[in-house]
Amino acid sequence: MRTQPIDQVAAHLGAETRAATYEGSKIGHEKRTRLLFDHYADPDRLRALAGEIKQHVVENLDTYLPAVEARLSANGIRVHWASTAASACEAVHSILKARGATRLVKAKTMVSEEIELESFLRERGIESLETDLGEFIVQLDHDHPSHIIKPILHKNRRQIAETFEKNGLGAFNDEPGVITARARQFLRHKYLEADAGLTGANFVVAESGRLVVVTNEGNSRFCLAATRCHIALVGIEKILPKDRDLALFLNLLARSATAQQLTVYNEFILGPRAAGQPDGPDEVHVVFVDNGRTDVLASDCRDILRCIRCGACLNVCPVYRQAGGHAYRSVYPGPVGAVLSPLMLGKRFPEKADLPKASSLCGACNEVCPVDIPIPDLLLRLRDKAHAEGVPSPGTPPMGAWALLATQPAAWRAALAGGHLLNHLPTRLIPVPALRAWESKRELPPWRGGEFRKWLKMRRK
Amino acid sequence: MARPGRAPVVGKRVQLMATCLCDAFHDDVAAATVEVLEHLGCEVSFPEGQTCCGQPAFNGGDWPASRRVVRHAVRTFPGADPVVVPSGSCAAMMFHGAVLEFEHEDDLGDVESLGRRTWELGDFIVNGLGVTTWPGRLDAAVALHRSCHTRGTGSSDAVALLVGSIEGVRLVPFGEGEQCCGFGGTFSVGFPHISAAMGDLKLDHVRAAAPDILVSGDMGCLMHLGGLAAREGAPMRMLHFAQVLRDALGAPA
Repeated sequence: MRTQPIDQVAAHLGAETRAATYEGSKIGHEKRTRLLFDHYADPDRLRALAGEIKQHVVENLDTYLPAVEARLSANGIRVHWASTAASACEAVHSILKARGATRLVKAKTMVSEEIELESFLRERGIESLETDLGEFIVQLDHDHPSHIIKPILHKNRRQIAETFEKNGLGAFNDEPGVITARARQFLRHKYLEADAGLTGANFVVAESGRLVVVTNEGNSRFCLAATRCHIALVGIEKILPKDRDLALFLNLLARSATAQQLTVYNEFILGPRAAGQPDGPDEVHVVFVDNGRTDVLASDCRDILRCIRCGACLNVCPVYRQAGGHAYRSVYPGPVGAVLSPLMLGKRFPEKADLPKASSLCGACNEVCPVDIPIPDLLLRLRDKAHAEGVPSPGTPPMGAWALLATQPAAWRAALAGGHLLNHLPTRLIPVPALRAWESKRELPPWRGGEFRKWLKMRRK
Repeated sequence: MARPGRAPVVGKRVQLMATCLCDAFHDDVAAATVEVLEHLGCEVSFPEGQTCCGQPAFNGGDWPASRRVVRHAVRTFPGADPVVVPSGSCAAMMFHGAVLEFEHEDDLGDVESLGRRTWELGDFIVNGLGVTTWPGRLDAAVALHRSCHTRGTGSSDAVALLVGSIEGVRLVPFGEGEQCCGFGGTFSVGFPHISAAMGDLKLDHVRAAAPDILVSGDMGCLMHLGGLAAREGAPMRMLHFAQVLRDALGAPA
């Protein structure tokens, strides 16, 4: 029996990973819901407004991007454009090389995962160190994040404590406070040794040229304060029109991502250190990364570019909870990833055309999305696209014969009558894969084809 | 998902879309729907040529096949009378899914117009006819499983209002009620493992609430959950809410 790749991953997921993933995402979702509905009478109106603002940006990126470049340049920030992952890595590398930098401290940025920056720099003699606790653990383990906000959602504290022990960060101790203190102690002097700091940006405001970076651990602040050169890696869709939009977006992001009223550290960066300012970098660079985003923009699924990477759709998704983030074979997992990841591949879309199938289309992702992305509609469009391109889809029943019956009432009624055979034949003898797949887990109710029509005729006599 | 603007209900004539699952497996649900609508004074017609709403191919990604079936539905349910369907999923296919897949088709207007007059049964009774309480009696603790495809529409609230208003019915909440049961149409066979794991979670939550009956507005969900429970040797009593409304009236089962 052939089933979908993500189903096979879920079937073989270890018990500990499954439990950590399920509990971690469920708690995240439940706290978010309480907070949003405690604080706002009608959070759905806020989601709709935020969605309209981001959609406006997406539809007008061609005018926003040059405007942002002009504003940032006027603020003394150097702007770089990278159309591919390789050119983004190259842009970061040449900035570092020009300064003779060999040590980079990194705050959390999914774009750096996307372009595989760490290995690119390592091969060129530059050490980059993750300073977000979750990403630090991922780096120690040579693992990959399984969640865009909580990279180690799939791990439990015992596994993390073992990683620390293996890496010489003290004897086994799985107290979260101890783990955090040890990471802090290790990382603190690394900031001072570093030549440059790298962050992402949650928002870039077109009106002011303000970069906004939010974290909960303050590590981005250390990256900015301790180094002389700040590089921000930013997806081209991260733009907001006005500073005042931040009021809406910071409130929605913090609540949706981590169920906080406000993220603990909010950096608003207008440019390099001005004369008279004691701290801050002398150089600020923004590398705007396309890496497939214009392919997404050109598609009928461009609404997905509204995404502000809060992870709420991952937390609520029943498929993500069962399969975990790694099942999606992508930097962006879950419902948002199932749309974004295949599209970002451009012509190589078929490689991940199975991801949009990994949904019961229950709509929970749309219901929680802070920018109201109609994710189920986009998943459906991609299923149509995959079918139109002839991508094979294991486990999806062929629909031609069904459509033939369902457009010819006489044939349909004959099938309703003929289906009674199901009640007399052992179903394992019936060569229909979908039936096998159904019966691998569930009983089939008795066939009662046409009985309602008979009942109605009797009643109407 | 928002329910698009819809045609107001004028007169008492309705067309029943029975759904392919009721046509093939769950005839009593379609019969109960007829009895419930007739109790409300509706004249129910059943266009004999009806087959399916087109959703299996729509969800499966074969939109050309799905559009052929939707066009058949458009031909089968002509006129201006409301089309009432005892399934949130099939109703949403008509007023949302079909519109999506006909976006670039010349006959989009015909599809939209069928969508505007297609109603999920609970939504039709409460928001179409304005009936908010149900007579009769049924002594039972009832767990209501909400229909995912009607998120953002009035269906789940309507069903809870009607069933909850029956004398003797006690609605019992259960954990993670907003989560999907794992049916998902073609999802249930393409992802049998995840689908069953989701269903088992749902059954665990429902069992913990110890209802007498699990009630839903979608036979897809109940066929999946019932099939899982039966396979595990722990069957659970499950009914469509149309059957609950009909039984409360004391109509013959």
